[in-house]
Amino acid sequence: MNLLTLVGALPLVGAALIYLIPTKDSELVKKFALLVTSLVAIAAIFLAVGFDKSITSLQYAQSYSWIPTFNINFALGIDGISLVLILLSTILVPIVILATWNESEGGRWSVKTFYVLILILETMMVGVFAASDLFLFYVFFEAMLIPVYFLIGGYGTGNRSAAAVKFLLYSLFGGLLMLASVIGLYVIAGNQIGATFDLTQLATLEIDNQTENFLFLGFFIAFAIKAPLWPFHTWLPDAAKSATPGTSVLLLGVLDKVGTYGMIRFCLALFPDASKTFTPLIITLSVISIIYGAFMAIGQKDIKGLIAFTSISHFGFITMGIFAMTSQGMSGANLYMVNHGFSTAALFLVAGWMMSRRNSSTISDFGGLQRVTPVMAWSFFIAGMSGLALPGLSSFVSEFLVLVGTYTRYPVAAIIGTLGIVLAALYILIPIQKTLHGPITEGNENMKDLNLREKISIAPVIAIIVVMGFYPKPVLDLINPTSAKVVVDAGYSDPIAEVNK
Amino acid sequence: MAIANYLYLSAILFTIGAIGVVVRRNSIVVFMCIELMLNAANLAFVTFARINSNLEGQVIAFFTMVVAACEVVVGLAIIVTIYRSRRTASVDDASLLKR
Amino acid sequence: MPTSENLLWLIALPLFSSAILLLAGKRANSWGHVMGTIVSASTFTIGLVEFFAMQSRPEESRAVTQKLFTWISVGSFNVDASLLLDQLSICFVLLITGVGTLIHVYSIAYMSHDLDRRRFFAYLNLFIASMLLLVLGDSYLNLYVGWEGVGLASYLLIGFWNQKPAYATAAKKAFVANRVGDVGLSLAIMIAFATFGDVSFAGMKENVDQASSTQLTAIGLMLLLAACGKSAQFPLQSWLGDAMAGPTPVSALIHAATMVTAGVYLITRSNFVFDEAPIAQLMVLIIGGITLLFGAIIGTAKDDIKKALAASTMSQIGYMILATGLGPIGYAFAIMHLLTHGFFKASMFLGAGSVMHGMKDEVNMRKYGGIGKFMPITAITFGFGYLAIIGVPPFAGFYSKDKIIETAFNEGGMKGLALGLATLLGAMITAFYMTRVVILTFFGNERWGHKDEPHESPALMLIPIALLSVGSIASGYILSRGEALVHWLEPVVNPLKEHHEELLPPIVVSLMTLGVVAIGVTVAILKYRGVQADHAPEKVSVLTKAARRDLYQDDFNEATLMRPGQVLVRNLLNIDYLVIDGLVRSVGKVSVTAGNQLRTLQNGYVRSYALLMVIGALALITTIWVVTA
Repeated sequence: MNLLTLVGALPLVGAALIYLIPTKDSELVKKFALLVTSLVAIAAIFLAVGFDKSITSLQYAQSYSWIPTFNINFALGIDGISLVLILLSTILVPIVILATWNESEGGRWSVKTFYVLILILETMMVGVFAASDLFLFYVFFEAMLIPVYFLIGGYGTGNRSAAAVKFLLYSLFGGLLMLASVIGLYVIAGNQIGATFDLTQLATLEIDNQTENFLFLGFFIAFAIKAPLWPFHTWLPDAAKSATPGTSVLLLGVLDKVGTYGMIRFCLALFPDASKTFTPLIITLSVISIIYGAFMAIGQKDIKGLIAFTSISHFGFITMGIFAMTSQGMSGANLYMVNHGFSTAALFLVAGWMMSRRNSSTISDFGGLQRVTPVMAWSFFIAGMSGLALPGLSSFVSEFLVLVGTYTRYPVAAIIGTLGIVLAALYILIPIQKTLHGPITEGNENMKDLNLREKISIAPVIAIIVVMGFYPKPVLDLINPTSAKVVVDAGYSDPIAEVNK
Repeated sequence: MAIANYLYLSAILFTIGAIGVVVRRNSIVVFMCIELMLNAANLAFVTFARINSNLEGQVIAFFTMVVAACEVVVGLAIIVTIYRSRRTASVDDASLLKR
Repeated sequence: MPTSENLLWLIALPLFSSAILLLAGKRANSWGHVMGTIVSASTFTIGLVEFFAMQSRPEESRAVTQKLFTWISVGSFNVDASLLLDQLSICFVLLITGVGTLIHVYSIAYMSHDLDRRRFFAYLNLFIASMLLLVLGDSYLNLYVGWEGVGLASYLLIGFWNQKPAYATAAKKAFVANRVGDVGLSLAIMIAFATFGDVSFAGMKENVDQASSTQLTAIGLMLLLAACGKSAQFPLQSWLGDAMAGPTPVSALIHAATMVTAGVYLITRSNFVFDEAPIAQLMVLIIGGITLLFGAIIGTAKDDIKKALAASTMSQIGYMILATGLGPIGYAFAIMHLLTHGFFKASMFLGAGSVMHGMKDEVNMRKYGGIGKFMPITAITFGFGYLAIIGVPPFAGFYSKDKIIETAFNEGGMKGLALGLATLLGAMITAFYMTRVVILTFFGNERWGHKDEPHESPALMLIPIALLSVGSIASGYILSRGEALVHWLEPVVNPLKEHHEELLPPIVVSLMTLGVVAIGVTVAILKYRGVQADHAPEKVSVLTKAARRDLYQDDFNEATLMRPGQVLVRNLLNIDYLVIDGLVRSVGKVSVTAGNQLRTLQNGYVRSYALLMVIGALALITTIWVVTA
């Protein structure tokens, strides 16, 4: 059996097995879920070990006929970009389970259901990054919404049902546009090369300009909603505020990456000409996202809302890097996806612990935590520093690559984007000052510091953030060949390679 | 006598039936009006069969009669049941299907 | 170029020490300060070893490098994590580790009552590591890591007592102002990459003639912005005064001797850019000139001893920045002033700390007076620093500052005259406000108003001060003897490449300087000789009022940046909720309303359904009829 299939199927098997555990025995359910997801993470690391960095075509490729009438195949295969995202997802899931050990309790349904949903979600996440058949991708893309919908609606806090519905409707709307484009593409393929959903074959189609633009927009809007890009962002803060911290980590850290991943894999690969047409617009939207998200983050009173808006700002950077169409921007954007996943995970998990201890998510309810709970405060501080892209931490490398790559083609966008780093300092330091510094405010005097389980779960995230800041080479080595190929396939070449060297 | 007059008669009967269904409250009368409409249709079918000199229209008329008979059976049963439980035969009182 | 395996340890030792101190937690409370100090001393030892090794090599092979690993490599963008130790960086390495070690020793005593002393030493070591990375990085991107690292250390140390909200705010302000500068450095690196395809010093220097003057000017201006942020130069200087919220050893090390001079290092390091970009160089001169006067004026009105010294630091760095704008020979003098300033300003700051230590952390000089009697050693060492900063021969400042004034005049023409007069005026005001500090603190009547007499500080604090005083006495002579530093730096900045003809003989400049210094001193003595009150006078001139408020820089920033920013954020929050999310919500509302409206058609009356059917049938028939007809 193919290792990739194993990584994808293992969580599903785990979910089935969890059903056999009695509902009452919630500790066993949790332990089993942790075991399964850890195994998946290890399998994914083996996937990376066996990955050949030197070739850019799909590896671990396999294809089974699924619906022969429409020539739909169950086709999987990964390149460098998919691999790092699969690694990100599979490593984050066990960390999230361990870190948020108790958040499944007190939901609308049982603890068992929570972990079944998480495991199904993990399969979907691996599937969406591994699919090499457009229809299969679409199925995973849409099916992924269902577990998330139930995770927000069933286990969240506050106005969880409304947030879950908003999330679902937004995503379905995007998905619908994408479906129209998928069908359109299928029909065109049927006329030219024979009906197929195979990505490599679809990329060879000759589509007239206007049609290509419409098809591109169908895909792009779906991904822009998912990413989310300004002005399609309003579902994210609501969803993040209502979801449990663990769900938010998966939502912001992994699910949103499907949007930016889709832009690379589908928008650029299938519609290079339309991408070229829309690039100025998309770069503009990205820059707006960067600045707008930062300003909105500064104004937030709620920690979860703050992290959601910082993510919108960061997604602006990622999109800008992708559409800058330079190898630095592309690699930077891909690396950014990974780094953002880990740094947001750190922020959200620590914020989650803070909130559960204080029973509030309002920033001004905290104060002086550095003296009460030093370990938690330091974890939050380091996560925050990664969020403002401090050199030496992982986000810096990716953010700088995006900016430098964008500068070589769109200097103005890069300059405005660079101003975002001042705003980043503000939106991170203001909450840090309010929560960690200052006098110890009422209600926080007896807060407990992190326990061993929490320390164990946050340590690997912080370690990854620090190590990737100083030594990003292993990940860059995985990303670089694919990124370069994407740029070349889209018909671009680096401006700077031509000037010197 | 022109054969078209049968069609006029059919149309008039149908209209009477339709108006009856809309304006009358008593469910039995409404029911009878529906029968009237069905029979008006039958008349039209038979007339067209005559005009076109074939049997299809007549066959359809028989089918209609069968359907009408079944309808009467089911419909009357419903009306009787409603009458038993609600002590009324007015269609306006049986507005339970709203919303 | 020869390689050396020692360079990594310069950074790694303090970095690991810092990590250990932070991770070990309370367990390290008993030995944390000792370890921090030993580590700092060992970096100084490594620095000395490297220095002597460098001196023994012939001039062309003095610089050494060490490649650690490939850091970022994407397409044509290749940055190695590698270190470069040349004649310029060794000056900084010795200054940072030397002064740093003395300040570590001082802090053992100064912070002995603080429960978090271990954390303090962890931050100090983190600072040493970052600062060494800043001066040892062989490319702008490596420098950038150190650059932000020192910013982080400075943030942590300014906010060391962050339980006081004002101190936490000061730390945040410093970080944000530095970040504005960092935008400049980021952009400079981007432009450099777009221009040269390389961001290492060596690679850029080699290809500097390929770049257009516009590109070089852009890089130069962006680097200047970076320098303004880090070195508290106009218009980004406002954070430095607030930064005095940090413990005094921090003010001495970071906000006087080392970190704030990073801007001078950056410009000196980038001499190949500035030499080819006259507009950027002119801007450097203007910024330096403005700041040296700006700082000096603020310094005359501050009653807080640390803020007065901070204003003085700002002003002295203004001198250095101005010197770096004066071309090849200026760089050498800037570095010379930087080194001498490192000694005398650090010694004065530590002296101020010693005074505060004896005065129960009182910082208001109006509540000092006559302290010289009680703290003789502090007073004498402070006096050496004082003589050095106002430029009395043979103290250190005389050699370095006079050279800058001289070079400014030698620039010639109106430019030279303006710069020369600005530096002279600066020297006069410096003499005035430093005399004021000394008189208010050490002379006159006792105004502290409590019974406890101030006591002299422990030996652990006095020894570092004494050693630094030796530096403030002798460093100027040593560095300028036979133009030692100028020759030493020649391979890096080519100070002897072009030689201005001397418009004024050095002796004339020196006499002029001494003349204005004498005026400044005299005025200050006359004005502050008989101060009796323990509070500042209320009725003062407009200028004094302005100087007390930092020449309204904070008010200006607040009015032009902070307030509009807050209004913008508030409005954006509303727009996001009402317009963008409002649009989305209105789509939902339309569907719900439409559904509610249509629902009324389902009224349950059979007859109305029948009517609708009839109408529908009629409509259908009519449509078919119309269409077919």
